[in-house]
Amino acid sequence: MDLNLLTVSSTVTAIQERQITAAALVENFYARIDAEDRKIHGYLTLAKDRALAQAAHIDRIADRGNPLPPLGGVPIAVKDVISTKGVRTTAGSRILENYVPPYDSTAVARLEHAGAVILGKTNCDEFAMGSSNENSAYGPVHNPRDRERVPGGSSGGSAASVAAGMSVAALGSDTGGSIRQPAAFCGVVGLMPTYGRVSRYGLIAFASSLDHIGPFGKSVKDVALLLQQIAGRDPLDATTADVRVPDFVSEIGEPVKGLRIGIPHEYFGDGLDREVREAVEDGIQRLAKAGCEPVPVSLPHTAYAIPTYYVVATAEASSNLARYDGVRYGYRSPHAKTLAEVYRRSRDEGFGTEVKRRIMLGTYVLSAGYYDAYYLKAQKVRTLLARDFQQVFEKVDAVVTPTTPTPAFRLGEKTEDPLAMYLADIYTVTADLTGIPGISVPCGESSGGLPIGLQILGRHFEEATILRLGHALEHSFADRVGASAHRKI
Amino acid sequence: MRVTSKDVQYVADLAYLELTAEERARMERDLNSILDYVDRLNELDTSKVEPLAQVSQLTVGHDLSLDSGHWREDEPRPSLPREAALGNAPQATDSFFRVPKVIER
Repeated sequence: MDLNLLTVSSTVTAIQERQITAAALVENFYARIDAEDRKIHGYLTLAKDRALAQAAHIDRIADRGNPLPPLGGVPIAVKDVISTKGVRTTAGSRILENYVPPYDSTAVARLEHAGAVILGKTNCDEFAMGSSNENSAYGPVHNPRDRERVPGGSSGGSAASVAAGMSVAALGSDTGGSIRQPAAFCGVVGLMPTYGRVSRYGLIAFASSLDHIGPFGKSVKDVALLLQQIAGRDPLDATTADVRVPDFVSEIGEPVKGLRIGIPHEYFGDGLDREVREAVEDGIQRLAKAGCEPVPVSLPHTAYAIPTYYVVATAEASSNLARYDGVRYGYRSPHAKTLAEVYRRSRDEGFGTEVKRRIMLGTYVLSAGYYDAYYLKAQKVRTLLARDFQQVFEKVDAVVTPTTPTPAFRLGEKTEDPLAMYLADIYTVTADLTGIPGISVPCGESSGGLPIGLQILGRHFEEATILRLGHALEHSFADRVGASAHRKI
Repeated sequence: MRVTSKDVQYVADLAYLELTAEERARMERDLNSILDYVDRLNELDTSKVEPLAQVSQLTVGHDLSLDSGHWREDEPRPSLPREAALGNAPQATDSFFRVPKVIER
Protein backbone atom coordinates (compact mmCIF):
# COMPACT_ATOMS: atom_id res chain seq x y z
CA MET A 1 0.00 0.00 0.00
CA ASP A 2 1.63 3.22 -1.14
CA LEU A 3 1.02 5.69 1.69
CA ASN A 4 1.74 8.56 -0.72
CA LEU A 5 -1.31 7.72 -2.80
CA LEU A 6 -3.85 7.40 0.01
CA THR A 7 -6.65 9.92 0.05
CA VAL A 8 -9.23 10.40 2.76
CA SER A 9 -11.85 8.45 0.77
CA SER A 10 -9.55 5.66 -0.32
CA THR A 11 -8.36 5.22 3.27
CA VAL A 12 -11.89 4.86 4.64
CA THR A 13 -12.79 2.46 1.82
CA ALA A 14 -9.69 0.34 2.31
CA ILE A 15 -10.43 -0.05 6.02
CA GLN A 16 -14.15 -0.63 5.52
CA GLU A 17 -13.42 -3.36 2.99
CA ARG A 18 -10.80 -4.85 5.31
CA GLN A 19 -7.98 -4.47 2.76
CA ILE A 20 -6.10 -3.25 5.79
CA THR A 21 -6.94 -2.70 9.45
CA ALA A 22 -6.91 0.79 10.92
CA ALA A 23 -4.29 -0.42 13.40
CA ALA A 24 -1.98 -1.75 10.69
CA LEU A 25 -2.35 1.47 8.75
CA VAL A 26 -1.38 3.52 11.79
CA GLU A 27 1.69 1.29 12.29
CA ASN A 28 2.62 1.83 8.64
CA PHE A 29 2.45 5.58 9.11
CA TYR A 30 4.55 5.49 12.25
CA ALA A 31 7.14 3.39 10.40
CA ARG A 32 7.19 5.95 7.64
CA ILE A 33 7.52 8.80 10.13
CA ASP A 34 10.39 6.94 11.75
CA ALA A 35 12.14 6.61 8.40
CA GLU A 36 11.46 10.03 6.90
CA ASP A 37 11.00 12.54 9.67
CA ARG A 38 14.60 12.75 10.79
CA LYS A 39 15.23 14.54 7.48
CA ILE A 40 12.13 16.73 7.62
CA HIS A 41 11.42 17.30 11.32
CA GLY A 42 7.72 17.77 10.71
CA TYR A 43 6.57 16.19 13.96
CA LEU A 44 7.22 17.30 17.53
CA THR A 45 5.14 14.73 19.43
CA LEU A 46 3.68 11.39 18.39
CA ALA A 47 0.41 10.37 20.04
CA LYS A 48 0.81 6.63 19.69
CA ASP A 49 -1.44 5.52 22.55
CA ARG A 50 -4.26 7.73 21.47
CA ALA A 51 -3.86 6.82 17.81
CA LEU A 52 -3.83 3.08 18.43
CA ALA A 53 -6.83 3.31 20.77
CA GLN A 54 -8.79 5.17 18.11
CA ALA A 55 -7.66 2.69 15.45
CA ALA A 56 -8.85 -0.21 17.62
CA HIS A 57 -12.21 1.51 18.00
CA ILE A 58 -12.49 1.90 14.22
CA ASP A 59 -11.44 -1.71 13.65
CA ARG A 60 -14.19 -2.92 16.00
CA ILE A 61 -16.78 -1.10 13.89
CA ALA A 62 -15.37 -2.45 10.63
CA ASP A 63 -15.08 -6.00 11.98
CA ARG A 64 -18.79 -5.99 12.76
CA GLY A 65 -19.49 -4.97 9.19
CA ASN A 66 -20.98 -1.65 10.29
CA PRO A 67 -20.45 1.53 8.27
CA LEU A 68 -17.48 3.59 9.36
CA PRO A 69 -17.88 7.24 10.29
CA PRO A 70 -16.89 9.68 7.49
CA LEU A 71 -13.19 9.91 8.43
CA GLY A 72 -12.94 6.40 9.92
CA GLY A 73 -9.30 5.44 10.35
CA VAL A 74 -7.85 8.41 8.47
CA PRO A 75 -4.42 9.34 9.90
CA ILE A 76 -4.20 13.08 10.54
CA ALA A 77 -1.46 15.37 11.85
CA VAL A 78 -2.35 18.37 14.02
CA LYS A 79 -0.36 21.61 14.26
CA ASP A 80 1.08 22.10 17.71
CA VAL A 81 -0.88 25.28 18.40
CA ILE A 82 -4.07 23.24 18.47
CA SER A 83 -4.83 21.70 21.87
CA THR A 84 -5.07 17.93 22.25
CA LYS A 85 -6.16 16.63 25.64
CA GLY A 86 -3.46 14.57 27.29
CA VAL A 87 -1.02 15.09 24.42
CA ARG A 88 1.78 17.61 24.86
CA THR A 89 1.10 20.87 23.02
CA THR A 90 4.02 23.29 22.76
CA ALA A 91 2.98 25.97 20.24
CA GLY A 92 6.54 25.54 18.95
CA SER A 93 7.80 27.31 22.07
CA ARG A 94 10.03 26.48 25.03
CA ILE A 95 7.59 28.32 27.25
CA LEU A 96 5.12 25.45 26.77
CA GLU A 97 7.67 22.68 26.48
CA ASN A 98 5.88 20.44 28.97
CA TYR A 99 2.35 21.76 28.67
CA VAL A 100 -0.30 19.05 28.46
CA PRO A 101 -3.76 20.48 27.71
CA PRO A 102 -6.60 19.30 29.93
CA TYR A 103 -9.06 19.62 27.06
CA ASP A 104 -9.34 19.05 23.31
CA SER A 105 -9.86 21.81 20.81
CA THR A 106 -13.27 21.58 19.16
CA ALA A 107 -11.70 20.93 15.74
CA VAL A 108 -9.77 17.92 17.04
CA ALA A 109 -12.79 16.62 18.96
CA ARG A 110 -14.93 16.83 15.83
CA LEU A 111 -12.35 15.06 13.68
CA GLU A 112 -12.02 12.26 16.21
CA HIS A 113 -15.77 11.97 16.54
CA ALA A 114 -15.80 11.48 12.76
CA GLY A 115 -13.32 8.63 13.14
CA ALA A 116 -10.01 10.32 12.34
CA VAL A 117 -6.82 9.06 13.94
CA ILE A 118 -4.62 11.78 15.40
CA LEU A 119 -1.05 10.61 14.72
CA GLY A 120 0.71 13.46 16.46
CA LYS A 121 1.54 17.17 16.73
CA THR A 122 3.43 18.99 14.07
CA ASN A 123 6.24 21.49 14.24
CA CYS A 124 5.40 25.14 13.64
CA ASP A 125 6.77 28.63 14.05
CA GLU A 126 6.61 29.65 17.70
CA PHE A 127 3.05 30.78 18.55
CA ALA A 128 2.35 30.67 14.82
CA MET A 129 4.56 33.71 14.26
CA GLY A 130 6.54 33.17 11.10
CA SER A 131 6.51 32.37 7.41
CA SER A 132 9.16 29.68 7.18
CA ASN A 133 8.95 27.42 10.27
CA GLU A 134 12.43 28.71 11.19
CA ASN A 135 11.08 30.31 14.36
CA SER A 136 10.30 27.01 16.04
CA ALA A 137 12.15 26.58 19.33
CA TYR A 138 12.60 22.95 18.33
CA GLY A 139 14.40 23.49 15.03
CA PRO A 140 13.17 24.14 11.51
CA VAL A 141 11.15 21.91 9.23
CA HIS A 142 12.72 20.94 5.89
CA ASN A 143 10.61 21.11 2.75
CA PRO A 144 10.08 17.50 1.56
CA ARG A 145 10.36 18.70 -2.04
CA ASP A 146 13.82 20.20 -1.45
CA ARG A 147 15.25 19.72 1.99
CA GLU A 148 17.49 22.78 1.84
CA ARG A 149 14.43 24.93 1.57
CA VAL A 150 11.76 26.03 3.97
CA PRO A 151 8.33 24.38 3.93
CA GLY A 152 6.73 27.75 4.62
CA GLY A 153 5.13 28.78 7.86
CA SER A 154 3.82 28.87 10.31
CA SER A 155 2.10 25.52 9.63
CA GLY A 156 5.25 24.09 8.02
CA GLY A 157 5.12 20.75 9.84
CA SER A 158 1.51 20.06 8.85
CA ALA A 159 2.10 20.91 5.19
CA ALA A 160 5.31 18.86 5.10
CA SER A 161 3.64 15.90 6.77
CA VAL A 162 1.01 15.66 4.02
CA ALA A 163 3.55 16.32 1.24
CA ALA A 164 5.87 13.59 2.55
CA GLY A 165 3.17 10.97 3.07
CA MET A 166 3.56 11.10 6.85
CA SER A 167 -0.18 11.71 7.28
CA VAL A 168 -3.12 11.61 4.88
CA ALA A 169 -4.31 15.06 5.88
CA ALA A 170 -3.56 17.65 8.53
CA LEU A 171 -4.87 20.61 10.49
CA GLY A 172 -3.10 23.93 10.54
CA SER A 173 -3.83 27.51 11.48
CA ASP A 174 -3.71 30.70 9.44
CA THR A 175 -3.37 34.24 10.80
CA GLY A 176 -1.46 35.96 7.96
CA GLY A 177 -1.14 33.11 5.48
CA SER A 178 0.11 30.25 7.61
CA ILE A 179 -1.97 27.55 5.92
CA ARG A 180 -1.95 28.78 2.33
CA GLN A 181 1.70 29.72 2.04
CA PRO A 182 3.13 26.39 3.30
CA ALA A 183 0.58 24.58 1.12
CA ALA A 184 2.00 26.46 -1.89
CA PHE A 185 5.64 25.81 -0.90
CA CYS A 186 5.06 22.09 -0.29
CA GLY A 187 2.77 21.38 -3.22
CA VAL A 188 -0.38 20.45 -1.31
CA VAL A 189 -3.84 21.95 -0.91
CA GLY A 190 -4.45 24.25 2.05
CA LEU A 191 -7.73 25.96 2.94
CA MET A 192 -8.37 28.87 5.23
CA PRO A 193 -12.13 28.91 5.89
CA THR A 194 -14.14 32.09 6.48
CA TYR A 195 -13.53 33.62 9.91
CA GLY A 196 -16.25 32.15 12.09
CA ARG A 197 -16.72 28.99 10.02
CA VAL A 198 -14.50 26.81 12.23
CA SER A 199 -14.28 27.07 16.01
CA ARG A 200 -11.06 28.49 17.47
CA TYR A 201 -11.76 26.87 20.85
CA GLY A 202 -8.51 25.22 21.86
CA LEU A 203 -6.40 27.08 19.30
CA ILE A 204 -3.56 28.69 21.24
CA ALA A 205 -4.32 32.31 20.44
CA PHE A 206 -1.96 34.53 18.47
CA ALA A 207 -4.29 37.24 17.10
CA SER A 208 -7.90 36.56 17.95
CA SER A 209 -9.50 38.54 15.13
CA LEU A 210 -7.20 36.98 12.53
CA ASP A 211 -6.64 33.36 13.65
CA HIS A 212 -8.29 30.52 11.72
CA ILE A 213 -8.05 26.72 11.86
CA GLY A 214 -8.09 24.94 8.48
CA PRO A 215 -7.23 21.69 6.69
CA PHE A 216 -4.38 20.48 4.50
CA GLY A 217 -4.76 17.61 2.04
CA LYS A 218 -3.36 16.20 -1.18
CA SER A 219 -6.54 17.15 -3.02
CA VAL A 220 -9.36 19.66 -2.87
CA LYS A 221 -11.80 16.85 -2.13
CA ASP A 222 -9.78 15.75 0.91
CA VAL A 223 -9.73 19.29 2.23
CA ALA A 224 -13.51 19.52 1.70
CA LEU A 225 -14.03 16.26 3.60
CA LEU A 226 -12.13 17.60 6.59
CA LEU A 227 -13.83 21.00 6.46
CA GLN A 228 -17.19 19.23 6.50
CA GLN A 229 -16.42 17.77 9.92
CA ILE A 230 -14.86 20.78 11.62
CA ALA A 231 -17.17 23.53 10.31
CA GLY A 232 -20.14 24.85 12.20
CA ARG A 233 -21.25 26.93 15.15
CA ASP A 234 -19.62 26.11 18.46
CA PRO A 235 -21.05 27.48 21.72
CA LEU A 236 -17.49 27.43 23.07
CA ASP A 237 -16.39 30.06 20.51
CA ALA A 238 -18.66 33.07 20.40
CA THR A 239 -17.09 34.23 17.13
CA THR A 240 -18.36 31.20 15.24
CA ALA A 241 -21.24 32.06 12.94
CA ASP A 242 -24.62 30.45 13.05
CA VAL A 243 -24.74 29.82 9.30
CA ARG A 244 -25.70 26.71 7.40
CA VAL A 245 -22.86 24.28 6.62
CA PRO A 246 -23.38 23.13 3.02
CA ASP A 247 -22.39 19.71 1.72
CA PHE A 248 -18.98 20.85 0.53
CA VAL A 249 -18.07 17.59 -1.17
CA SER A 250 -21.13 17.45 -3.39
CA GLU A 251 -20.66 21.15 -4.21
CA ILE A 252 -17.13 20.74 -5.55
CA GLY A 253 -18.32 18.60 -8.46
CA GLU A 254 -20.63 21.34 -9.72
CA PRO A 255 -19.54 22.95 -13.00
CA VAL A 256 -17.62 26.23 -12.85
CA LYS A 257 -18.97 27.45 -16.18
CA GLY A 258 -20.14 31.02 -15.90
CA LEU A 259 -18.25 31.84 -12.69
CA ARG A 260 -16.53 35.20 -12.96
CA ILE A 261 -12.98 35.22 -11.59
CA GLY A 262 -11.36 38.53 -10.71
CA ILE A 263 -7.68 39.02 -11.54
CA PRO A 264 -6.38 41.92 -9.38
CA HIS A 265 -3.48 43.69 -11.08
CA GLU A 266 -1.98 44.66 -7.71
CA TYR A 267 -1.10 40.99 -7.14
CA PHE A 268 0.76 40.67 -10.45
CA GLY A 269 3.22 43.55 -10.19
CA ASP A 270 6.84 43.96 -9.11
CA GLY A 271 8.35 41.35 -6.91
CA LEU A 272 6.39 38.49 -8.45
CA ASP A 273 8.73 35.74 -9.67
CA ARG A 274 8.45 35.23 -13.41
CA GLU A 275 7.85 31.47 -13.19
CA VAL A 276 5.18 31.93 -10.52
CA ARG A 277 3.45 34.46 -12.75
CA GLU A 278 3.56 32.07 -15.71
CA ALA A 279 2.21 29.16 -13.68
CA VAL A 280 -0.65 31.23 -12.24
CA GLU A 281 -1.50 32.71 -15.65
CA ASP A 282 -1.57 29.17 -17.00
CA GLY A 283 -3.93 28.25 -14.15
CA ILE A 284 -6.21 31.15 -15.05
CA GLN A 285 -6.26 29.94 -18.66
CA ARG A 286 -7.22 26.48 -17.50
CA LEU A 287 -10.13 27.91 -15.50
CA ALA A 288 -11.15 29.95 -18.54
CA LYS A 289 -11.12 26.78 -20.63
CA ALA A 290 -13.42 25.21 -18.03
CA GLY A 291 -15.88 28.03 -18.63
CA CYS A 292 -14.88 30.72 -16.14
CA GLU A 293 -14.77 34.34 -17.16
CA PRO A 294 -11.56 36.13 -16.08
CA VAL A 295 -12.28 39.79 -15.24
CA PRO A 296 -9.54 42.35 -14.56
CA VAL A 297 -10.19 44.01 -11.20
CA SER A 298 -8.47 46.30 -8.75
CA LEU A 299 -7.90 45.96 -5.00
CA PRO A 300 -6.42 49.43 -4.57
CA HIS A 301 -5.34 49.23 -0.92
CA THR A 302 -3.32 46.01 -1.30
CA ALA A 303 -0.01 47.76 -0.63
CA TYR A 304 -1.23 48.75 2.84
CA ALA A 305 -2.15 45.24 3.93
CA ILE A 306 1.21 44.23 5.37
CA PRO A 307 1.71 47.31 7.56
CA THR A 308 -1.92 46.97 8.71
CA TYR A 309 -1.38 43.33 9.54
CA TYR A 310 1.82 43.89 11.49
CA VAL A 311 0.13 46.50 13.67
CA VAL A 312 -3.12 44.60 14.29
CA ALA A 313 -1.64 41.13 14.67
CA THR A 314 1.18 42.18 16.97
CA ALA A 315 -1.16 44.31 19.10
CA GLU A 316 -3.51 41.38 19.58
CA ALA A 317 -0.58 39.05 20.19
CA SER A 318 0.87 41.26 22.91
CA SER A 319 -2.43 40.92 24.72
CA ASN A 320 -2.88 37.19 24.08
CA LEU A 321 0.65 36.29 25.14
CA ALA A 322 0.38 38.17 28.42
CA ARG A 323 -0.99 34.96 29.93
CA TYR A 324 2.42 33.27 29.76
CA ASP A 325 3.70 34.48 33.09
CA GLY A 326 5.17 31.37 34.69
CA VAL A 327 2.32 31.08 37.20
CA ARG A 328 -0.41 28.73 36.01
CA TYR A 329 1.32 26.71 33.29
CA GLY A 330 4.42 26.71 31.20
CA TYR A 331 7.99 27.57 31.95
CA ARG A 332 8.93 29.29 35.20
CA SER A 333 12.43 30.70 35.42
CA PRO A 334 14.56 29.09 38.11
CA HIS A 335 16.30 32.47 38.56
CA ALA A 336 13.22 34.30 39.81
CA LYS A 337 13.09 35.46 43.41
CA THR A 338 10.18 37.90 43.35
CA LEU A 339 6.84 37.69 41.58
CA ALA A 340 7.90 40.40 39.14
CA GLU A 341 10.96 38.31 38.30
CA VAL A 342 8.79 35.25 37.81
CA TYR A 343 6.95 37.18 35.12
CA ARG A 344 9.87 38.95 33.50
CA ARG A 345 12.44 36.18 33.49
CA SER A 346 10.08 33.35 32.63
CA ARG A 347 8.91 35.32 29.64
CA ASP A 348 12.32 36.47 28.50
CA GLU A 349 13.85 33.01 28.88
CA GLY A 350 10.86 31.10 27.55
CA PHE A 351 10.01 33.15 24.46
CA GLY A 352 12.08 33.21 21.25
CA THR A 353 13.36 36.30 19.46
CA GLU A 354 10.57 36.74 16.92
CA VAL A 355 7.89 36.34 19.56
CA LYS A 356 9.54 38.96 21.77
CA ARG A 357 9.89 41.29 18.80
CA ARG A 358 6.19 41.03 18.03
CA ILE A 359 5.17 41.43 21.66
CA MET A 360 7.32 44.57 21.85
CA LEU A 361 5.89 45.99 18.62
CA GLY A 362 2.34 45.19 19.68
CA THR A 363 2.80 46.70 23.13
CA TYR A 364 4.32 49.82 21.60
CA VAL A 365 1.49 50.43 19.13
CA LEU A 366 -1.08 50.07 21.91
CA SER A 367 0.73 52.21 24.42
CA ALA A 368 -0.46 55.65 25.50
CA GLY A 369 0.28 58.27 22.91
CA TYR A 370 0.64 55.76 20.09
CA TYR A 371 -2.71 53.95 20.11
CA ASP A 372 -4.43 56.40 17.74
CA ALA A 373 -1.50 56.79 15.39
CA TYR A 374 -0.93 53.09 14.92
CA TYR A 375 -3.60 50.70 16.18
CA LEU A 376 -6.68 52.79 15.48
CA LYS A 377 -5.23 53.86 12.13
CA ALA A 378 -4.60 50.27 11.14
CA GLN A 379 -8.15 49.29 12.08
CA LYS A 380 -9.43 52.00 9.77
CA VAL A 381 -7.24 50.82 6.90
CA ARG A 382 -8.64 47.37 7.60
CA THR A 383 -12.09 48.79 6.77
CA LEU A 384 -10.71 50.09 3.47
CA LEU A 385 -9.32 46.64 2.64
CA ALA A 386 -12.69 45.06 3.45
CA ARG A 387 -14.42 47.59 1.20
CA ASP A 388 -12.03 46.77 -1.67
CA PHE A 389 -13.21 43.16 -1.54
CA GLN A 390 -16.87 44.06 -1.06
CA GLN A 391 -16.73 46.14 -4.22
CA VAL A 392 -14.88 43.50 -6.22
CA PHE A 393 -17.25 40.74 -5.12
CA GLU A 394 -20.13 42.67 -6.64
CA LYS A 395 -18.48 42.09 -10.02
CA VAL A 396 -16.92 38.64 -9.63
CA ASP A 397 -17.53 35.41 -7.73
CA ALA A 398 -13.93 34.73 -6.74
CA VAL A 399 -10.51 36.35 -6.95
CA VAL A 400 -7.50 34.45 -8.31
CA THR A 401 -3.91 35.36 -7.40
CA PRO A 402 -0.55 33.75 -6.81
CA THR A 403 -0.33 32.43 -3.23
CA THR A 404 3.26 33.60 -2.78
CA PRO A 405 5.60 35.92 -4.71
CA THR A 406 8.25 33.21 -5.09
CA PRO A 407 8.57 29.45 -4.62
CA ALA A 408 10.11 28.14 -1.38
CA PHE A 409 13.23 30.07 -0.39
CA ARG A 410 16.30 28.53 1.24
CA LEU A 411 16.66 27.92 4.96
CA GLY A 412 18.46 30.91 6.47
CA GLU A 413 17.85 33.12 3.45
CA LYS A 414 15.50 35.58 5.15
CA THR A 415 16.23 35.13 8.84
CA GLU A 416 18.43 38.22 9.21
CA ASP A 417 15.87 40.78 8.13
CA PRO A 418 12.46 40.49 9.78
CA LEU A 419 10.91 42.89 7.31
CA ALA A 420 12.00 40.81 4.30
CA MET A 421 10.32 37.82 5.89
CA TYR A 422 7.14 39.81 6.55
CA LEU A 423 6.90 40.85 2.89
CA ALA A 424 6.59 37.19 1.86
CA ASP A 425 3.03 37.33 3.21
CA ILE A 426 1.98 39.97 0.73
CA TYR A 427 -0.69 37.97 -1.10
CA THR A 428 -2.14 36.14 1.88
CA VAL A 429 -2.69 38.70 4.66
CA THR A 430 -5.61 40.49 3.01
CA ALA A 431 -7.88 37.48 3.45
CA ASP A 432 -7.08 37.25 7.17
CA LEU A 433 -7.71 40.95 7.68
CA THR A 434 -11.09 40.80 5.94
CA GLY A 435 -12.25 37.36 7.12
CA ILE A 436 -12.82 35.94 3.62
CA PRO A 437 -11.95 32.32 2.80
CA GLY A 438 -8.93 31.40 0.70
CA ILE A 439 -7.46 28.23 -0.73
CA SER A 440 -4.07 27.44 -2.24
CA VAL A 441 -4.01 24.77 -4.92
CA PRO A 442 -0.86 23.39 -6.58
CA CYS A 443 -0.44 24.90 -10.02
CA GLY A 444 2.74 23.73 -11.65
CA GLU A 445 6.40 23.93 -10.69
CA SER A 446 9.40 26.15 -11.15
CA SER A 447 12.16 25.08 -13.51
CA GLY A 448 13.95 23.82 -10.39
CA GLY A 449 11.05 21.52 -9.55
CA LEU A 450 9.65 23.63 -6.71
CA PRO A 451 5.86 23.68 -6.25
CA ILE A 452 3.88 26.80 -7.12
CA GLY A 453 0.51 27.62 -5.58
CA LEU A 454 -2.48 29.43 -7.02
CA GLN A 455 -4.76 31.17 -4.52
CA ILE A 456 -8.53 31.49 -4.84
CA LEU A 457 -10.34 33.92 -2.56
CA GLY A 458 -14.09 33.97 -2.09
CA ARG A 459 -16.93 35.82 -0.44
CA HIS A 460 -17.64 35.21 3.22
CA PHE A 461 -18.99 31.66 3.73
CA GLU A 462 -18.56 30.75 0.05
CA GLU A 463 -15.96 28.03 0.62
CA ALA A 464 -18.03 25.87 -1.73
CA THR A 465 -17.29 28.25 -4.63
CA ILE A 466 -13.53 28.36 -4.06
CA LEU A 467 -13.43 24.60 -3.51
CA ARG A 468 -15.29 24.12 -6.76
CA LEU A 469 -12.83 26.31 -8.65
CA GLY A 470 -9.87 24.58 -6.99
CA HIS A 471 -11.27 21.21 -7.95
CA ALA A 472 -11.73 22.33 -11.55
CA LEU A 473 -8.14 23.53 -11.67
CA GLU A 474 -6.87 20.28 -10.17
CA HIS A 475 -8.93 18.30 -12.65
CA SER A 476 -7.42 20.23 -15.56
CA PHE A 477 -3.98 18.84 -14.66
CA ALA A 478 -5.12 15.25 -14.81
CA ASP A 479 -4.44 15.26 -18.53
CA ARG A 480 -0.75 15.99 -18.07
CA VAL A 481 1.04 12.67 -18.22
CA GLY A 482 3.86 12.46 -15.71
CA ALA A 483 3.06 15.84 -14.21
CA SER A 484 4.17 15.85 -10.62
CA ALA A 485 2.01 18.88 -9.97
CA HIS A 486 -0.66 16.40 -8.97
CA ARG A 487 -0.44 12.83 -7.94
CA LYS A 488 -3.17 10.78 -9.57
CA ILE A 489 -5.85 10.24 -6.96
CA MET B 1 15.42 57.26 15.11
CA ARG B 2 11.98 57.42 16.51
CA VAL B 3 12.13 54.63 19.04
CA THR B 4 14.82 55.35 21.62
CA SER B 5 16.46 53.00 24.08
CA LYS B 6 14.34 54.60 26.80
CA ASP B 7 11.22 53.69 24.80
CA VAL B 8 12.48 50.13 24.47
CA GLN B 9 12.99 49.91 28.23
CA TYR B 10 9.53 51.38 28.90
CA VAL B 11 7.82 48.99 26.48
CA ALA B 12 9.78 46.02 27.81
CA ASP B 13 8.56 46.91 31.31
CA LEU B 14 4.95 47.09 30.10
CA ALA B 15 5.35 43.73 28.42
CA TYR B 16 7.08 42.13 31.41
CA LEU B 17 10.12 41.16 29.39
CA GLU B 18 13.51 41.20 31.03
CA LEU B 19 15.58 41.93 27.92
CA THR B 20 19.35 41.63 27.92
CA ALA B 21 21.39 44.63 26.75
CA GLU B 22 22.03 42.93 23.43
CA GLU B 23 18.32 42.21 22.99
CA ARG B 24 17.46 45.81 23.75
CA ALA B 25 19.85 47.13 21.10
CA ARG B 26 18.54 44.74 18.51
CA MET B 27 14.96 45.55 19.45
CA GLU B 28 15.60 49.27 19.00
CA ARG B 29 16.92 48.65 15.51
CA ASP B 30 14.15 46.25 14.49
CA LEU B 31 11.29 48.34 15.89
CA ASN B 32 12.52 51.41 14.05
CA SER B 33 12.86 49.52 10.81
CA ILE B 34 9.36 48.05 11.06
CA LEU B 35 7.72 51.29 12.21
CA ASP B 36 9.35 53.17 9.33
CA TYR B 37 7.62 50.76 7.02
CA VAL B 38 4.33 50.95 8.93
CA ASP B 39 4.39 54.76 8.58
CA ARG B 40 3.10 54.45 5.02
CA LEU B 41 -0.38 53.93 6.50
CA ASN B 42 -0.35 57.71 6.95
CA GLU B 43 -0.51 58.11 3.16
CA LEU B 44 -4.19 57.22 3.48
CA ASP B 45 -6.90 59.63 4.54
CA THR B 46 -9.00 57.72 7.03
CA SER B 47 -10.65 60.71 8.70
CA LYS B 48 -14.11 59.51 7.67
CA VAL B 49 -13.52 55.78 8.05
CA GLU B 50 -14.78 53.60 10.91
CA PRO B 51 -12.35 51.09 12.42
CA LEU B 52 -12.87 47.38 11.80
CA ALA B 53 -11.78 45.63 14.95
CA GLN B 54 -13.58 42.36 14.41
CA VAL B 55 -14.67 40.94 11.07
CA SER B 56 -17.65 39.28 12.72
CA GLN B 57 -19.32 42.66 12.26
CA LEU B 58 -19.20 41.93 8.53
CA THR B 59 -20.02 38.27 8.59
CA VAL B 60 -22.56 38.04 11.36
CA GLY B 61 -23.76 41.57 11.85
CA HIS B 62 -23.62 44.27 14.47
CA ASP B 63 -26.65 43.20 16.44
CA LEU B 64 -25.52 42.30 19.92
CA SER B 65 -28.82 43.13 21.61
CA LEU B 66 -30.02 40.67 24.23
CA ASP B 67 -32.53 38.97 21.98
CA SER B 68 -30.21 38.75 18.97
CA GLY B 69 -29.51 35.09 19.65
CA HIS B 70 -25.85 35.72 20.44
CA TRP B 71 -26.22 35.38 24.21
CA ARG B 72 -26.62 32.29 26.33
CA GLU B 73 -28.59 32.06 29.56
CA ASP B 74 -26.70 33.30 32.59
CA GLU B 75 -26.57 29.89 34.22
CA PRO B 76 -23.59 28.32 35.93
CA ARG B 77 -22.16 25.30 34.15
CA PRO B 78 -19.44 22.84 35.08
CA SER B 79 -15.96 24.15 34.39
CA LEU B 80 -12.49 22.66 34.47
CA PRO B 81 -11.99 20.55 37.61
CA ARG B 82 -9.46 22.04 40.03
CA GLU B 83 -6.99 19.19 39.68
CA ALA B 84 -6.92 19.59 35.90
CA ALA B 85 -6.54 23.34 36.25
CA LEU B 86 -3.53 22.90 38.55
CA GLY B 87 -2.08 20.06 36.48
CA ASN B 88 0.41 22.17 34.54
CA ALA B 89 1.39 24.51 37.34
CA PRO B 90 5.14 24.96 37.86
CA GLN B 91 4.45 25.15 41.59
CA ALA B 92 1.19 24.46 43.32
CA THR B 93 -0.46 23.34 46.55
CA ASP B 94 -3.56 21.17 46.59
CA SER B 95 -5.71 24.19 45.92
CA PHE B 96 -3.60 27.09 44.75
CA PHE B 97 -0.89 28.15 42.36
CA ARG B 98 2.22 28.98 44.37
CA VAL B 99 4.25 32.14 43.72
CA PRO B 100 6.92 34.12 45.63
CA LYS B 101 5.63 36.30 48.44
CA VAL B 102 4.13 39.50 47.10
CA ILE B 103 3.73 41.51 50.26
CA GLU B 104 6.94 41.95 52.22
CA ARG B 105 6.18 42.39 55.88
